[in-house]
Amino acid sequence: MSLLELNGVKVHFPIRKGVFVDRTVGYVYAVDGVSLSVEAGQTYGLVGESGCGKTTLGRAVLRLNDITEGEVVFDGTDLASLPDEEMRRYRRRLQMVFQDPLGSLNPRQNIESILSEGMAAHGIGADQDERRERIKEILAKVGLPSGSLSRYPHEFSGGQRQRIGIARALVLEPDVIICDEPVSALDVSIQAQVINLLEDVQESMGLTYVVIAHDLAVVRHISDVIGVMYLGSLVEEAPSDLLYAEPRHPYTRALMSAVPVPDPEVEDSRERILLSGDLPSPASPPSGCRFHTRCPWRQDTLCATDRPELRDVGGGHRVACHYAAEIADGRIRRADESVPATPPGPPSGADAQPAAAEDAGDASEAADEGPAERRPEPATSE
Amino acid sequence: MPLLSVDELSITFTARGRRDVSAVSGVSFDVDQGQVVGLVGESGCGKSVTSLALMGLLPKRGVRLGGRADFDGTELLSLSRDKMRDMRGRQLAMIFQDPLSSLNPVVPIGVQVTEILKRHRGMKGEAARKEAASLLDRVGIPDPTRRLKEYPHQLSGGMRQRALIAMAVACAPRLLIADEPTTALDVTIQAQILELLKELVDQEGTGLLMITHDLGVVAGLCDQVNVLYAGRVVESAERRPLFAAPTHPYSHGLLGSIPRLDAPRGERLSPIRGSINDRIAWSDGCAFAPRCDFYTMECLTGTPQLTEPHAAGHRVRCVNPVLPDAAGAAADRTEAGA
Repeated sequence: MSLLELNGVKVHFPIRKGVFVDRTVGYVYAVDGVSLSVEAGQTYGLVGESGCGKTTLGRAVLRLNDITEGEVVFDGTDLASLPDEEMRRYRRRLQMVFQDPLGSLNPRQNIESILSEGMAAHGIGADQDERRERIKEILAKVGLPSGSLSRYPHEFSGGQRQRIGIARALVLEPDVIICDEPVSALDVSIQAQVINLLEDVQESMGLTYVVIAHDLAVVRHISDVIGVMYLGSLVEEAPSDLLYAEPRHPYTRALMSAVPVPDPEVEDSRERILLSGDLPSPASPPSGCRFHTRCPWRQDTLCATDRPELRDVGGGHRVACHYAAEIADGRIRRADESVPATPPGPPSGADAQPAAAEDAGDASEAADEGPAERRPEPATSE
Repeated sequence: MPLLSVDELSITFTARGRRDVSAVSGVSFDVDQGQVVGLVGESGCGKSVTSLALMGLLPKRGVRLGGRADFDGTELLSLSRDKMRDMRGRQLAMIFQDPLSSLNPVVPIGVQVTEILKRHRGMKGEAARKEAASLLDRVGIPDPTRRLKEYPHQLSGGMRQRALIAMAVACAPRLLIADEPTTALDVTIQAQILELLKELVDQEGTGLLMITHDLGVVAGLCDQVNVLYAGRVVESAERRPLFAAPTHPYSHGLLGSIPRLDAPRGERLSPIRGSINDRIAWSDGCAFAPRCDFYTMECLTGTPQLTEPHAAGHRVRCVNPVLPDAAGAAADRTEAGA
């Protein structure tokens, strides 16, 4: 069984109006029915653009937001229905690392106080001396000098503050750490240090991560499984390499084609799928497929009327698109496409990356890929 | 002759009773018409302050400028406030990073766009409004006449950035300075905006000075790239040679520390150690030496000069550059592709 399982999680925020009498005039459908499972020791990456609900979902797992509907099953217990006090105790095993390393540290507490507060609350360590020893061990692990104990957050650089944030999660010896944009506030050269640190402590402490980020390259680098979110729901989920090699949902393909790659050869040759317009408001999401208003592959039937469910298309690859199969084997072309379909991912130059395999597979799409496993499922809704 | 020629630009912040702080020193680069030149670096490297100096937006007090910036025969740095104001708009324009804070929140978009047309093109009333609508239309804002009446908060982030670009190109400037124009935007919106900037450069022959920290954006857009570290250009080359053979250890390290979408999972990143705070003054040696994997005692003997260690036009400020053949042994994936 998976360590962490989400079943149909919904988080709706009421929109209130009125000065004296609160009236609820609608809801923001921030997270609208997400089901996924995270295996122990793995890293699950959630990607999506701002406003897609990825952060809300991460916070909902820790019950930092109220869950409107659905289950969050952690190690056999449904967290969504736990009383607050019991939930508090569960938070030792589920920790979070926040995006803004300065904003998430109390400027008036020194590092020892920040790190030992959680330990004291959860009854770890008999006294402060024992806790201090433990904290020193963890500080060494995250690469901070032990002299940091009596210093304050403002005395550290951005990268060091994020290390403190990670140390704060680690001192409680959690099973799961939810990292919400752990590196997006950091400079490129520091990002790599923090990413490597996250990977190292995962290995040495056997942690399970849920990494939430908007940067697809970062997520792909550290995740075993990636879920792509759009407007409150998962549109695609697959093992990291498979998702890159064969993105099946139109949104994933557009997202991947928009990520700049620091290599002019790749940049000059790849296909770009430009999406028109902006993200619709999550307070009044489009009917049917949430993405149909911007989808270059939109069809006249189903897309605007029926909401697609995540369907398994083999190899742990789940896609929420009525026409995923038709788009993949080229029977449906993009509206703005003039040339025959080119590979969806950035076609690599000459180097032998896994992209090369994908190129070969996709370039001769019809011939190479066994039509047997791509059954032309006539997209029955649900 | 280049459109803009910056020669040995230096910017020093001074305050009474405090040590002078040198933000930028000895920065030189050219921008031609229809060319995209990138200034790349991490926070604190002096890239934004360079653009502010060129636009005459730095305060006169407490700032000491040195060097020259020739824009088609006019020296920008010594220009008076009024003369500079005439240059802005028609000759030079700038797009800022944060579209919300660079628009006036209590004035409708239309008024903000027509203001520029009135000031610099002498247009009036209906004609200015029509022109404003066609500008918004050109940068891809749907339903421009309605949008003109709206306030900045009613527009989405991408739309605001488009409005800002519309304002910048309103008077068909010959040089556009874009300071992190897409950093605040989502990648799909970023792709739209970059496409728009590319069109402007290709169709109008505008020179574009692109200031960014994102090497991916640089790889797709810039013709000529200058990498800045601690206020100095450490490497300057055309786009392809730079990415194929990053020669300064800093550029080399930057490329090694970016997770790439097309790299296999599990490949370990090789970060640059330390942080920007670990540096020595350029006068004592190479500011990057404390973080450098290749440093020797030679690095601590005076400021290294820009040289061309392996190819003409590929200038590097380093005494121990990472030469392509030597780096190949380190199994660098960037070079593997070249």
